[in-house]
Amino acid sequence: MASTISVSNKNIWNGGVSPLKASYGKLMMWFFLLSDAFTFSALLISYGMIRYMHPAYEGNYSEFTFANDSSNLYWPIPEMVFDAFPFFHGVHLPLLFVGLMTFILILSSVTMVLGVEAGHRMDQKAVEKWMLWTIIGGFTFLGCQAWEWSHFISGSDAGLTYVDGSFFQGANLTQNQYGPPLFADLFFFITGFHGTHVFSGVILNIIIFYNVVVGTYQRRGHYEMVEKVGLYWHFVDLVWVFVFTFFYLV
Amino acid sequence: MASTALEQDLTASHDHDEHHDHEHVENFFTKYVFSYDHKTIAKQFLLSGMFWAIIGGMLSLIFRLQLGFPDANLEVLKPILGDWITAEGKLDTEFYLAAVTMHGTIMVFFVLTAGLSGTFSNFLIPLQIGARDMASGFMNMLSYWFFFISGLIMFVSLFIETGPAGGGWVIYPPLSALPQAISGSGLGMTLWLVSMALFIVSSLLGGVNYIATIINMRTQGMSFAKLPLTIWAFFVTAILGVLSFPVLFAAALLLIFDRSFGTSFFLDEIYIAGEALSNVGGSPILFQHLFWFLGHPEVYIVLLPALGISSEIIATNSRKPIFGYRAMIGSILGIGFLSFIVWAHHMFVSGMNPFLGSIFMFLTLIIAVPSAIKAFNYITTLWKGNIIFTPAMLFSIGLVSLFISGGVTGIILGNSAIDIQLHDTYFVVAHFHLVMGSASFFGMMAGVYHWFPKMFGRMMNAKLGYIHFWLTFIGAYLVFFPMHYIGIAGFPRRYYSFTNFDAFSSYTDLNAFISIAAIITVGAQFIFLFNFLFSIFRGRYAPKNPWKSNTLEWTTPRLPGHGNWPGKIPSVYRWPYDYSKPGAEDDFIPQHIPLSETKESNLPGENEMLKELEKGAS
Repeated sequence: MASTISVSNKNIWNGGVSPLKASYGKLMMWFFLLSDAFTFSALLISYGMIRYMHPAYEGNYSEFTFANDSSNLYWPIPEMVFDAFPFFHGVHLPLLFVGLMTFILILSSVTMVLGVEAGHRMDQKAVEKWMLWTIIGGFTFLGCQAWEWSHFISGSDAGLTYVDGSFFQGANLTQNQYGPPLFADLFFFITGFHGTHVFSGVILNIIIFYNVVVGTYQRRGHYEMVEKVGLYWHFVDLVWVFVFTFFYLV
Repeated sequence: MASTALEQDLTASHDHDEHHDHEHVENFFTKYVFSYDHKTIAKQFLLSGMFWAIIGGMLSLIFRLQLGFPDANLEVLKPILGDWITAEGKLDTEFYLAAVTMHGTIMVFFVLTAGLSGTFSNFLIPLQIGARDMASGFMNMLSYWFFFISGLIMFVSLFIETGPAGGGWVIYPPLSALPQAISGSGLGMTLWLVSMALFIVSSLLGGVNYIATIINMRTQGMSFAKLPLTIWAFFVTAILGVLSFPVLFAAALLLIFDRSFGTSFFLDEIYIAGEALSNVGGSPILFQHLFWFLGHPEVYIVLLPALGISSEIIATNSRKPIFGYRAMIGSILGIGFLSFIVWAHHMFVSGMNPFLGSIFMFLTLIIAVPSAIKAFNYITTLWKGNIIFTPAMLFSIGLVSLFISGGVTGIILGNSAIDIQLHDTYFVVAHFHLVMGSASFFGMMAGVYHWFPKMFGRMMNAKLGYIHFWLTFIGAYLVFFPMHYIGIAGFPRRYYSFTNFDAFSSYTDLNAFISIAAIITVGAQFIFLFNFLFSIFRGRYAPKNPWKSNTLEWTTPRLPGHGNWPGKIPSVYRWPYDYSKPGAEDDFIPQHIPLSETKESNLPGENEMLKELEKGAS
């Protein structure tokens, strides 16, 4: 029988060990994220297809106005839509606020990395600290998103007067002062779906934070759970980079 | 050595698990209801699948009665169907649509996905790779109960006043997006979407579990090149599910928003009952793309496990190694890959760009290559074998037959020009019922007959099995073969009646014939049901290895307990297809027999490998 043991040491794919040097929980998280990536891809491809079906704005950038004629509902230029900043009412600050949001979310990913690293060192206090910062970052992002949404929903002061004389301000799922209703539909759906992910990520982070504080992982001897929620958190962050690119930049 | 440390880690956790089991006192709920044991969960999936198969089968009989005997008075069904039978004794037209929709949904998702993959992936993966249980028993339990709730909601939708979903199992908008369109687009459709969303959660929980288990928990020596083909099939199936179901999930969520919250993702300027809706800018074709990105891999999610099961059964009962083991793996992988890039062949006539159509036609026809490799490998495995015709073997051979005859029409349908004539006719119905429906059903039956002894520790009655097989096999051909002719003649699918078209009146007899054949075929399934239930309690005791098979599950006790092997998990030293090896004493050498014990039958290469190993050990 001794002969067989030497076989297994030769090749990690011969069974009896975890060939990817990852526990099953981590593997499951990876495959779940792969699956979730397909959900977001489907949504973003839908976004691309619907946007491509709409006409684009063809005039001068400096003369841009939102589409107000139902026979030519062109897609808005995103930075004209998202140009508001809290306490700077009426000032045109394109993409500044969403840039700040993105920065906060990416920063929370950095603190998550530091938390995972502290977990490798079995430094409970440091894990606590970085997890807490990550949770704060997550909540701040969600708060920013709530402000962004409420501003988008209530609209700009100018609102929009359609060619038929009717007036509408803000956006909802059926009407949109910034152009085609589907711009608002997709914005609400995709950023909302992402926000749901961030929210569940924050909840998971809180649960893990609690376990860290009461010392569950210190007793267990490893902080793998922190790594697992870390994977999820980075994924949510990465998805936001794509959402940001598609909705705000292009 | 990192790997050694990991190994110790794994063993330590195993010990811990066993210790935990002894402490744990099982009651009825933890043992049979919310069980973490993969074998119990597999049985739960199997029984649920059988329940749904009965409902799905009965629905098909109802609409077959209508199609075969359009003038018949169906008053007798009034006690079951209630108001769905009109005052004149006719089937309600909208109920007809709902019945067709539910038949498709139930058979594709609840029977052939959950019932087949759920049963056999759960049952066989830990037993055949040599693991104590699935990676996460808890998630496995959740997977079943999400499926259960999903099924419950679908079941409830059968009984609501406006009826279940009626837009076809593909639920294309705008029909499905507008609740006022038909009664089947009302509450029934909402429940359908909710049920499917839960179903997707269940399939995801199951899928990541299967994948993680196969990668991480193979026993000592069980390399991927020694895995039984069943496991390969389940592995690829799980990956397909994990990658394709989320796209349906996205589509279902978008559709829910269109239906309930006034968005226009799939809706463009549309009038209903003379009233213009406010929706503008969306695209129903977008839904078709999203749906078929799941829908096509789904076909292989249904079929691959059946192919894996039949590979195992055909090799065992031919007493021959499977022909082209690596080619089989390659074709499973090839089919799995290709299944993601052919979805638009369901949409040739949707108004899609014809150039795109020709690309998808090209990719579609390539699937014929791995499929043909599989078919030829089955036949060459059978060639000159010492074939033992067990019921499982008959069903496996039946699968090969159905797979070929249904596959050939697939090559016809894959051509975008011919599809203009054949699209949405009974030719398509015949094609996918043979190649996907019947073939997968046969695979499932083969699996039940073959692994029943391991599941319940008793044998099924073989005589009843033979009767069941021949009735089902002949019945399936009698039902679906004539449909090709009806389809070429131009009968569209999902039509309530053809009596209004003179051109079709010459096919009245053929339709009646199909319906009679369908009634007999469905009736024959009750022979199986009796055999199954009776054998659970009264079947004769099964020996440990009734089919003289090589795989690891037959090294467990007659009724394996929690943890599967009472002692150490056996190690694996050879591939699973050492049948009739020249020089060997028996005509089979199980996977756990070391090469050093079979010097008389080792091939020259194996003897050299053995020598090297012994040198390394000393």
